[in-house]
Amino acid sequence: MSERPVIQTRGLSKAFGFLPVLRGVDVDIPRGQFVALLGANGSGKSTLLRIISGLTKPTQGQVTVGGWHIPDEAQHVRRQLGVVSHKSLVYPQLTAYENLRFAARLYALPAAETHERVLAALERVGLKRRAHQLARTFSRGMQQRLSIARALLHKPHILLLDEPHTGLDQPACATLNALLREMHADGHTLLMTTHQLEHVPLLAQRVLILARGVLAHDAAPESDPVALAQTYARVTGESIHA
Amino acid sequence: MTVFARAVGAIFLKDMRAEWRSRELIGVMLLFALLSVLVFSFALELDRLARREAISGVLWVTVVFASVLGLNRSVAQERENGNVDALLLAPIPRAAIFFGKFLANWLFTAVIGALLLPLMTVLYNVTLASLPVLGLLLAGTWGICVTGTLLASMTLQTRVGEALLPIALLPIALPLLLGTVRATTGILTDAPVNDWGGWVGILLGIDLFYTVVCMAFYGVVVEE
Repeated sequence: MSERPVIQTRGLSKAFGFLPVLRGVDVDIPRGQFVALLGANGSGKSTLLRIISGLTKPTQGQVTVGGWHIPDEAQHVRRQLGVVSHKSLVYPQLTAYENLRFAARLYALPAAETHERVLAALERVGLKRRAHQLARTFSRGMQQRLSIARALLHKPHILLLDEPHTGLDQPACATLNALLREMHADGHTLLMTTHQLEHVPLLAQRVLILARGVLAHDAAPESDPVALAQTYARVTGESIHA
Repeated sequence: MTVFARAVGAIFLKDMRAEWRSRELIGVMLLFALLSVLVFSFALELDRLARREAISGVLWVTVVFASVLGLNRSVAQERENGNVDALLLAPIPRAAIFFGKFLANWLFTAVIGALLLPLMTVLYNVTLASLPVLGLLLAGTWGICVTGTLLASMTLQTRVGEALLPIALLPIALPLLLGTVRATTGILTDAPVNDWGGWVGILLGIDLFYTVVCMAFYGVVVEE
Protein backbone atom coordinates (compact mmCIF):
# COMPACT_ATOMS: atom_id res chain seq x y z
CA MET A 1 0.00 0.00 0.00
CA SER A 2 1.40 3.43 -0.94
CA GLU A 3 2.15 6.00 1.78
CA ARG A 4 -0.49 8.62 2.45
CA PRO A 5 0.36 11.98 0.77
CA VAL A 6 1.89 14.48 3.16
CA ILE A 7 -0.17 17.26 1.52
CA GLN A 8 -3.59 16.49 0.13
CA THR A 9 -6.36 18.74 -1.15
CA ARG A 10 -9.79 17.65 -2.29
CA GLY A 11 -12.25 19.92 -4.12
CA LEU A 12 -10.44 22.95 -2.75
CA SER A 13 -12.11 26.24 -3.62
CA LYS A 14 -11.54 29.76 -2.44
CA ALA A 15 -13.39 32.95 -3.32
CA PHE A 16 -12.73 36.47 -2.13
CA GLY A 17 -16.22 37.95 -2.10
CA PHE A 18 -17.72 36.99 -5.47
CA LEU A 19 -14.30 36.49 -7.08
CA PRO A 20 -13.33 32.81 -7.31
CA VAL A 21 -9.57 32.26 -6.96
CA LEU A 22 -9.36 28.47 -6.64
CA ARG A 23 -11.93 26.11 -8.13
CA GLY A 24 -11.99 22.46 -7.09
CA VAL A 25 -8.25 21.83 -6.79
CA ASP A 26 -7.21 18.22 -6.05
CA VAL A 27 -3.52 17.71 -5.26
CA ASP A 28 -1.56 14.86 -3.65
CA ILE A 29 2.05 15.50 -2.69
CA PRO A 30 3.99 12.53 -1.31
CA ARG A 31 6.65 12.88 1.36
CA GLY A 32 10.04 14.02 0.09
CA GLN A 33 8.84 15.38 -3.26
CA PHE A 34 9.92 18.77 -4.66
CA VAL A 35 6.96 20.29 -6.47
CA ALA A 36 6.96 23.50 -8.50
CA LEU A 37 3.65 25.33 -8.68
CA LEU A 38 3.35 27.62 -11.71
CA GLY A 39 0.66 29.96 -12.95
CA ALA A 40 0.01 33.51 -14.03
CA ASN A 41 -0.56 36.34 -11.54
CA GLY A 42 -3.94 35.81 -9.91
CA SER A 43 -4.11 32.13 -10.83
CA GLY A 44 -4.31 31.17 -7.14
CA LYS A 45 -0.75 29.92 -6.42
CA SER A 46 -0.13 32.02 -3.32
CA THR A 47 -3.68 31.46 -2.09
CA LEU A 48 -3.15 27.70 -2.34
CA LEU A 49 0.06 27.98 -0.29
CA ARG A 50 -1.65 30.20 2.28
CA ILE A 51 -4.50 27.69 2.64
CA ILE A 52 -2.07 24.78 3.07
CA SER A 53 -0.16 26.76 5.70
CA GLY A 54 -3.39 27.56 7.56
CA LEU A 55 -3.17 31.32 7.02
CA THR A 56 -6.27 31.47 4.83
CA LYS A 57 -9.48 29.50 5.20
CA PRO A 58 -10.84 27.70 2.13
CA THR A 59 -14.36 28.44 0.98
CA GLN A 60 -14.97 24.78 0.15
CA GLY A 61 -13.09 21.51 0.09
CA GLN A 62 -10.62 19.73 2.32
CA VAL A 63 -6.92 20.09 3.03
CA THR A 64 -4.82 17.72 5.07
CA VAL A 65 -1.16 18.21 5.96
CA GLY A 66 0.59 15.30 7.62
CA GLY A 67 -2.85 13.77 8.17
CA TRP A 68 -4.20 16.80 10.03
CA HIS A 69 -7.17 18.76 8.70
CA ILE A 70 -6.51 22.41 7.87
CA PRO A 71 -7.56 24.88 9.24
CA ASP A 72 -9.34 23.11 12.15
CA GLU A 73 -6.23 21.19 13.28
CA ALA A 74 -3.67 23.71 12.04
CA GLN A 75 -2.04 23.99 15.46
CA HIS A 76 -0.74 20.40 15.07
CA VAL A 77 0.77 21.21 11.68
CA ARG A 78 2.55 24.49 12.40
CA ARG A 79 5.59 22.77 13.90
CA GLN A 80 5.98 20.68 10.71
CA LEU A 81 5.85 23.66 8.35
CA GLY A 82 8.54 26.11 7.29
CA VAL A 83 7.41 29.00 5.11
CA VAL A 84 9.54 31.22 2.90
CA SER A 85 7.73 34.06 1.21
CA HIS A 86 8.71 36.76 -1.28
CA LYS A 87 8.34 38.95 1.82
CA SER A 88 11.28 38.41 4.12
CA LEU A 89 9.30 37.76 7.34
CA VAL A 90 12.22 39.21 9.31
CA TYR A 91 12.38 42.24 11.59
CA PRO A 92 14.72 44.86 10.13
CA GLN A 93 15.44 46.45 13.54
CA LEU A 94 16.78 43.16 14.92
CA THR A 95 20.06 41.46 14.10
CA ALA A 96 20.12 38.18 12.20
CA TYR A 97 20.86 36.37 15.48
CA GLU A 98 18.04 38.15 17.34
CA ASN A 99 15.57 37.36 14.54
CA LEU A 100 16.33 33.66 14.81
CA ARG A 101 16.39 33.67 18.62
CA PHE A 102 12.92 35.26 18.54
CA ALA A 103 11.72 32.52 16.17
CA ALA A 104 13.29 29.89 18.47
CA ARG A 105 11.26 31.24 21.40
CA LEU A 106 8.03 31.19 19.39
CA TYR A 107 8.70 27.55 18.45
CA ALA A 108 9.62 26.72 22.05
CA LEU A 109 13.03 25.30 21.14
CA PRO A 110 14.96 24.20 24.25
CA ALA A 111 16.79 27.23 25.68
CA ALA A 112 20.02 25.24 26.11
CA GLU A 113 20.08 24.42 22.39
CA THR A 114 18.94 27.76 21.03
CA HIS A 115 22.35 29.41 20.73
CA GLU A 116 23.90 26.46 18.91
CA ARG A 117 20.92 25.95 16.62
CA VAL A 118 20.72 29.62 15.69
CA LEU A 119 24.42 29.69 14.82
CA ALA A 120 24.13 26.43 12.88
CA ALA A 121 21.16 27.80 10.90
CA LEU A 122 23.06 30.99 10.13
CA GLU A 123 26.10 29.00 9.05
CA ARG A 124 23.97 26.88 6.76
CA VAL A 125 22.81 29.97 4.84
CA GLY A 126 26.23 31.63 4.95
CA LEU A 127 25.32 34.39 7.41
CA LYS A 128 27.21 33.32 10.52
CA ARG A 129 29.76 36.12 10.16
CA ARG A 130 26.89 38.63 9.87
CA ALA A 131 25.02 37.21 12.87
CA HIS A 132 25.16 40.45 14.83
CA GLN A 133 24.36 42.84 12.01
CA LEU A 134 20.91 44.42 11.79
CA ALA A 135 18.71 42.75 9.17
CA ARG A 136 17.92 46.18 7.67
CA THR A 137 21.54 46.43 6.52
CA PHE A 138 21.22 43.17 4.54
CA SER A 139 20.78 42.96 0.78
CA ARG A 140 17.62 41.36 -0.58
CA GLY A 141 19.51 38.10 -1.13
CA MET A 142 20.86 38.06 2.42
CA GLN A 143 17.41 38.79 3.84
CA GLN A 144 16.05 35.88 1.82
CA ARG A 145 18.77 33.60 3.19
CA LEU A 146 17.92 34.77 6.69
CA SER A 147 14.28 34.01 5.95
CA ILE A 148 15.27 30.47 4.95
CA ALA A 149 17.31 30.07 8.12
CA ARG A 150 14.26 31.15 10.12
CA ALA A 151 12.05 28.68 8.23
CA LEU A 152 14.50 25.81 8.89
CA LEU A 153 15.31 26.59 12.51
CA HIS A 154 12.62 24.35 14.02
CA LYS A 155 13.51 21.51 11.61
CA PRO A 156 10.19 21.30 9.74
CA HIS A 157 9.40 18.40 7.39
CA ILE A 158 7.57 20.52 4.84
CA LEU A 159 8.74 23.74 3.20
CA LEU A 160 6.33 26.08 1.44
CA LEU A 161 8.16 28.59 -0.75
CA ASP A 162 6.21 31.47 -2.28
CA GLU A 163 8.31 32.93 -5.09
CA PRO A 164 11.57 32.69 -3.14
CA HIS A 165 13.66 33.92 -6.12
CA THR A 166 11.85 37.27 -6.37
CA GLY A 167 14.30 40.17 -6.35
CA LEU A 168 17.42 38.01 -6.22
CA ASP A 169 20.34 38.42 -8.64
CA GLN A 170 21.90 35.41 -10.37
CA PRO A 171 24.52 34.55 -7.73
CA ALA A 172 21.90 34.85 -4.97
CA CYS A 173 19.55 32.61 -6.99
CA ALA A 174 22.34 30.04 -7.38
CA THR A 175 22.98 30.10 -3.60
CA LEU A 176 19.26 29.74 -2.92
CA ASN A 177 18.97 26.84 -5.38
CA ALA A 178 21.91 25.07 -3.75
CA LEU A 179 20.16 25.42 -0.39
CA LEU A 180 16.88 24.12 -1.77
CA ARG A 181 18.60 21.10 -3.34
CA GLU A 182 20.29 20.41 -0.01
CA MET A 183 16.94 20.52 1.80
CA HIS A 184 15.41 18.20 -0.77
CA ALA A 185 18.33 15.80 -0.36
CA ASP A 186 17.71 15.92 3.40
CA GLY A 187 14.23 14.50 2.79
CA HIS A 188 12.13 17.68 3.08
CA THR A 189 8.92 17.97 1.11
CA LEU A 190 9.00 21.22 -0.86
CA LEU A 191 6.20 23.08 -2.61
CA MET A 192 7.45 26.17 -4.43
CA THR A 193 5.65 28.77 -6.51
CA THR A 194 7.72 30.64 -9.06
CA HIS A 195 7.55 32.73 -12.22
CA GLN A 196 11.16 31.98 -13.08
CA LEU A 197 10.99 28.79 -15.15
CA GLU A 198 14.77 28.42 -15.52
CA HIS A 199 14.96 27.21 -11.90
CA VAL A 200 12.26 24.57 -12.25
CA PRO A 201 14.13 21.82 -14.15
CA LEU A 202 17.10 22.31 -11.80
CA LEU A 203 15.03 21.74 -8.68
CA ALA A 204 11.61 20.19 -9.07
CA GLN A 205 10.54 16.60 -9.68
CA ARG A 206 7.03 17.61 -10.58
CA VAL A 207 5.28 20.65 -12.06
CA LEU A 208 1.75 21.78 -11.31
CA ILE A 209 0.24 24.61 -13.36
CA LEU A 210 -2.77 26.55 -12.15
CA ALA A 211 -4.83 28.37 -14.75
CA ARG A 212 -7.73 30.57 -13.60
CA GLY A 213 -7.97 28.70 -10.31
CA VAL A 214 -8.02 25.22 -11.86
CA LEU A 215 -5.21 22.67 -11.77
CA ALA A 216 -4.55 22.43 -15.50
CA HIS A 217 -1.26 20.51 -15.66
CA ASP A 218 0.45 17.91 -13.46
CA ALA A 219 3.59 16.22 -14.81
CA ALA A 220 7.33 15.87 -14.47
CA PRO A 221 9.10 19.02 -15.71
CA GLU A 222 10.71 19.20 -19.13
CA SER A 223 14.48 19.28 -18.77
CA ASP A 224 14.68 22.31 -21.04
CA PRO A 225 13.23 25.60 -19.70
CA VAL A 226 12.18 26.58 -23.25
CA ALA A 227 10.10 23.44 -23.61
CA LEU A 228 8.63 24.11 -20.16
CA ALA A 229 7.75 27.65 -21.26
CA GLN A 230 5.96 26.22 -24.30
CA THR A 231 3.98 23.84 -22.10
CA TYR A 232 3.17 26.75 -19.78
CA ALA A 233 1.97 28.88 -22.70
CA ARG A 234 -0.16 26.05 -24.07
CA VAL A 235 -1.78 25.35 -20.70
CA THR A 236 -2.34 28.91 -19.51
CA GLY A 237 -2.67 30.74 -22.82
CA GLU A 238 -0.02 33.20 -21.61
CA SER A 239 3.60 33.42 -22.64
CA ILE A 240 6.42 33.47 -20.08
CA HIS A 241 10.13 34.15 -20.36
CA ALA A 242 12.20 30.96 -19.90
CA MET B 1 6.56 28.57 31.79
CA THR B 2 3.44 28.03 29.72
CA VAL B 3 3.37 28.36 25.93
CA PHE B 4 1.18 31.43 26.34
CA ALA B 5 3.47 33.22 28.78
CA ARG B 6 6.61 32.36 26.81
CA ALA B 7 5.11 33.66 23.56
CA VAL B 8 3.82 36.84 25.22
CA GLY B 9 7.25 37.46 26.74
CA ALA B 10 9.05 36.85 23.44
CA ILE B 11 6.80 39.23 21.49
CA PHE B 12 6.93 41.90 24.21
CA LEU B 13 10.73 41.75 24.45
CA LYS B 14 11.06 41.78 20.65
CA ASP B 15 8.96 44.97 20.49
CA MET B 16 11.01 46.55 23.29
CA ARG B 17 14.28 45.73 21.54
CA ALA B 18 13.04 46.95 18.15
CA GLU B 19 11.77 50.19 19.68
CA TRP B 20 15.01 50.72 21.60
CA ARG B 21 16.84 50.54 18.27
CA SER B 22 14.49 52.72 16.21
CA ARG B 23 12.73 54.92 18.82
CA GLU B 24 10.12 55.27 16.09
CA LEU B 25 6.96 54.92 18.18
CA ILE B 26 8.01 56.71 21.34
CA GLY B 27 9.54 59.57 19.35
CA VAL B 28 6.42 60.28 17.31
CA MET B 29 4.06 59.82 20.25
CA LEU B 30 6.10 62.03 22.54
CA LEU B 31 6.45 64.83 20.01
CA PHE B 32 2.71 64.80 19.32
CA ALA B 33 1.88 64.76 23.03
CA LEU B 34 4.20 67.67 23.80
CA LEU B 35 2.84 69.78 20.96
CA SER B 36 -0.74 68.97 21.89
CA VAL B 37 -0.24 69.94 25.55
CA LEU B 38 1.50 73.15 24.53
CA VAL B 39 -1.28 74.09 22.10
CA PHE B 40 -3.92 73.47 24.77
CA SER B 41 -1.96 75.53 27.30
CA PHE B 42 -1.94 78.52 24.95
CA ALA B 43 -5.50 78.01 23.72
CA LEU B 44 -7.18 77.64 27.13
CA GLU B 45 -6.89 80.76 29.22
CA LEU B 46 -8.64 79.58 32.36
CA ASP B 47 -8.73 80.60 36.00
CA ARG B 48 -7.34 78.17 38.60
CA LEU B 49 -10.64 76.39 39.36
CA ALA B 50 -11.62 76.01 35.72
CA ARG B 51 -8.12 74.69 34.94
CA ARG B 52 -8.43 71.97 37.57
CA GLU B 53 -11.72 70.88 36.01
CA ALA B 54 -10.55 71.05 32.40
CA ILE B 55 -7.05 69.66 32.66
CA SER B 56 -8.11 66.01 32.91
CA GLY B 57 -9.83 66.39 29.53
CA VAL B 58 -6.65 67.83 28.04
CA LEU B 59 -4.60 64.96 29.48
CA TRP B 60 -6.86 62.21 28.22
CA VAL B 61 -7.52 63.66 24.77
CA THR B 62 -3.76 63.97 24.31
CA VAL B 63 -3.11 60.43 25.55
CA VAL B 64 -5.80 58.93 23.30
CA PHE B 65 -4.54 60.62 20.13
CA ALA B 66 -0.90 59.88 20.95
CA SER B 67 -1.86 56.24 21.47
CA VAL B 68 -3.60 56.15 18.07
CA LEU B 69 -0.32 57.20 16.43
CA GLY B 70 1.63 54.53 18.30
CA LEU B 71 -0.92 51.75 17.78
CA ASN B 72 -1.09 52.31 14.03
CA ARG B 73 2.69 52.24 13.71
CA SER B 74 3.12 49.23 15.99
CA VAL B 75 0.69 47.07 14.03
CA ALA B 76 1.92 48.40 10.65
CA GLN B 77 5.46 47.27 11.56
CA GLU B 78 4.18 43.70 11.81
CA ARG B 79 2.63 43.93 8.36
CA GLU B 80 5.54 45.56 6.50
CA ASN B 81 7.67 42.46 5.93
CA GLY B 82 4.85 39.99 6.35
CA ASN B 83 5.90 39.44 9.97
CA VAL B 84 2.33 38.98 11.10
CA ASP B 85 2.26 35.84 8.91
CA ALA B 86 5.38 34.56 10.66
CA LEU B 87 3.64 35.09 14.02
CA LEU B 88 0.47 33.36 12.82
CA LEU B 89 2.49 30.41 11.48
CA ALA B 90 4.14 29.82 14.85
CA PRO B 91 2.65 27.15 17.16
CA ILE B 92 1.40 29.67 19.71
CA PRO B 93 -2.10 30.79 20.68
CA ARG B 94 -3.47 33.77 18.74
CA ALA B 95 -4.34 35.38 22.06
CA ALA B 96 -0.63 35.31 23.00
CA ILE B 97 0.26 37.29 19.86
CA PHE B 98 -2.41 39.81 20.75
CA PHE B 99 -1.40 40.09 24.40
CA GLY B 100 2.31 40.47 23.61
CA LYS B 101 1.61 43.28 21.14
CA PHE B 102 -0.86 44.89 23.54
CA LEU B 103 1.58 44.85 26.48
CA ALA B 104 4.23 46.66 24.43
CA ASN B 105 1.69 49.23 23.17
CA TRP B 106 0.40 49.76 26.70
CA LEU B 107 3.87 50.35 28.09
CA PHE B 108 4.70 52.89 25.35
CA THR B 109 1.42 54.78 25.89
CA ALA B 110 1.69 54.70 29.67
CA VAL B 111 5.25 56.04 29.51
CA ILE B 112 4.10 58.94 27.31
CA GLY B 113 1.23 59.64 29.72
CA ALA B 114 3.56 59.46 32.73
CA LEU B 115 5.94 61.94 31.09
CA LEU B 116 3.04 64.33 30.54
CA LEU B 117 2.09 64.45 34.23
CA PRO B 118 5.06 66.53 35.50
CA LEU B 119 5.07 68.63 32.33
CA MET B 120 1.38 69.50 32.68
CA THR B 121 1.84 70.11 36.40
CA VAL B 122 4.30 72.87 35.49
CA LEU B 123 2.39 74.26 32.50
CA TYR B 124 -1.04 74.36 34.16
CA ASN B 125 0.04 74.81 37.78
CA VAL B 126 -2.18 71.91 38.87
CA THR B 127 -0.69 68.89 40.69
CA LEU B 128 -1.13 66.04 38.23
CA ALA B 129 2.02 64.19 39.17
CA SER B 130 0.54 62.06 41.93
CA LEU B 131 0.14 58.34 42.55
CA PRO B 132 -3.69 58.27 42.21
CA VAL B 133 -3.50 59.99 38.80
CA LEU B 134 -0.68 57.64 37.75
CA GLY B 135 -2.86 54.68 38.75
CA LEU B 136 -5.74 56.05 36.68
CA LEU B 137 -3.36 56.56 33.80
CA LEU B 138 -2.33 52.89 33.90
CA ALA B 139 -5.95 51.72 34.07
CA GLY B 140 -7.17 54.11 31.35
CA THR B 141 -4.36 53.40 28.91
CA TRP B 142 -4.87 49.65 29.46
CA GLY B 143 -8.40 49.86 28.07
CA ILE B 144 -7.46 52.23 25.24
CA CYS B 145 -4.54 50.02 24.14
CA VAL B 146 -6.37 46.72 24.45
CA THR B 147 -9.16 47.92 22.14
CA GLY B 148 -6.73 49.90 19.98
CA THR B 149 -4.48 46.89 19.34
CA LEU B 150 -7.42 44.83 18.13
CA LEU B 151 -8.92 47.64 16.05
CA ALA B 152 -5.56 48.58 14.48
CA SER B 153 -5.14 44.93 13.45
CA MET B 154 -8.52 45.19 11.72
CA THR B 155 -8.28 48.65 10.19
CA LEU B 156 -4.79 48.16 8.75
CA GLN B 157 -6.19 45.40 6.54
CA THR B 158 -8.44 47.94 4.85
CA ARG B 159 -7.55 50.36 2.05
CA VAL B 160 -7.98 53.46 4.22
CA GLY B 161 -5.80 51.82 6.87
CA GLU B 162 -4.40 54.20 9.44
CA ALA B 163 -7.11 56.84 8.93
CA LEU B 164 -9.79 54.44 10.12
CA LEU B 165 -8.37 53.68 13.58
CA PRO B 166 -9.45 56.87 15.38
CA ILE B 167 -12.92 56.62 13.82
CA ALA B 168 -13.27 53.04 15.05
CA LEU B 169 -11.54 53.53 18.39
CA LEU B 170 -13.13 56.70 19.75
CA PRO B 171 -16.73 55.43 20.06
CA ILE B 172 -15.52 52.24 21.74
CA ALA B 173 -13.15 54.13 24.04
CA LEU B 174 -15.85 56.64 25.02
CA PRO B 175 -17.02 54.82 28.19
CA LEU B 176 -13.37 54.48 29.24
CA LEU B 177 -12.72 58.15 28.63
CA LEU B 178 -15.80 59.12 30.56
CA GLY B 179 -14.63 57.10 33.55
CA THR B 180 -11.03 58.29 33.45
CA VAL B 181 -11.89 61.97 32.94
CA ARG B 182 -14.48 61.99 35.75
CA ALA B 183 -12.19 60.16 38.15
CA THR B 184 -9.19 62.35 37.29
CA THR B 185 -11.27 65.51 37.76
CA GLY B 186 -12.48 64.15 41.10
CA ILE B 187 -8.91 63.64 42.28
CA LEU B 188 -7.72 67.05 41.04
CA THR B 189 -10.62 68.94 42.63
CA ASP B 190 -10.13 67.12 45.95
CA ALA B 191 -13.66 65.70 45.75
CA PRO B 192 -14.59 62.94 48.25
CA VAL B 193 -13.68 59.43 47.05
CA ASN B 194 -17.38 58.50 47.10
CA ASP B 195 -17.95 61.01 44.29
CA TRP B 196 -15.49 59.47 41.85
CA GLY B 197 -14.65 56.00 43.22
CA GLY B 198 -17.55 54.49 41.29
CA TRP B 199 -15.98 55.67 38.04
CA VAL B 200 -12.79 53.81 38.89
CA GLY B 201 -14.84 50.64 39.46
CA ILE B 202 -16.57 51.12 36.11
CA LEU B 203 -13.20 51.75 34.43
CA LEU B 204 -11.69 48.55 35.83
CA GLY B 205 -14.79 46.58 34.83
CA ILE B 206 -14.61 47.91 31.28
CA ASP B 207 -10.87 47.11 31.16
CA LEU B 208 -11.54 43.51 32.13
CA PHE B 209 -14.45 43.14 29.71
CA TYR B 210 -12.54 44.64 26.75
CA THR B 211 -9.47 42.49 27.53
CA VAL B 212 -11.44 39.26 27.46
CA VAL B 213 -13.40 40.20 24.32
CA CYS B 214 -10.35 41.44 22.39
CA MET B 215 -8.26 38.36 23.23
CA ALA B 216 -11.12 36.13 22.14
CA PHE B 217 -11.67 37.94 18.83
CA TYR B 218 -8.07 38.57 17.73
CA GLY B 219 -7.79 35.19 15.99
CA VAL B 220 -10.94 35.89 13.99
CA VAL B 221 -9.73 39.37 13.02
CA VAL B 222 -6.34 38.34 11.62
CA GLU B 223 -7.44 35.24 9.72
CA GLU B 224 -8.48 35.57 6.10
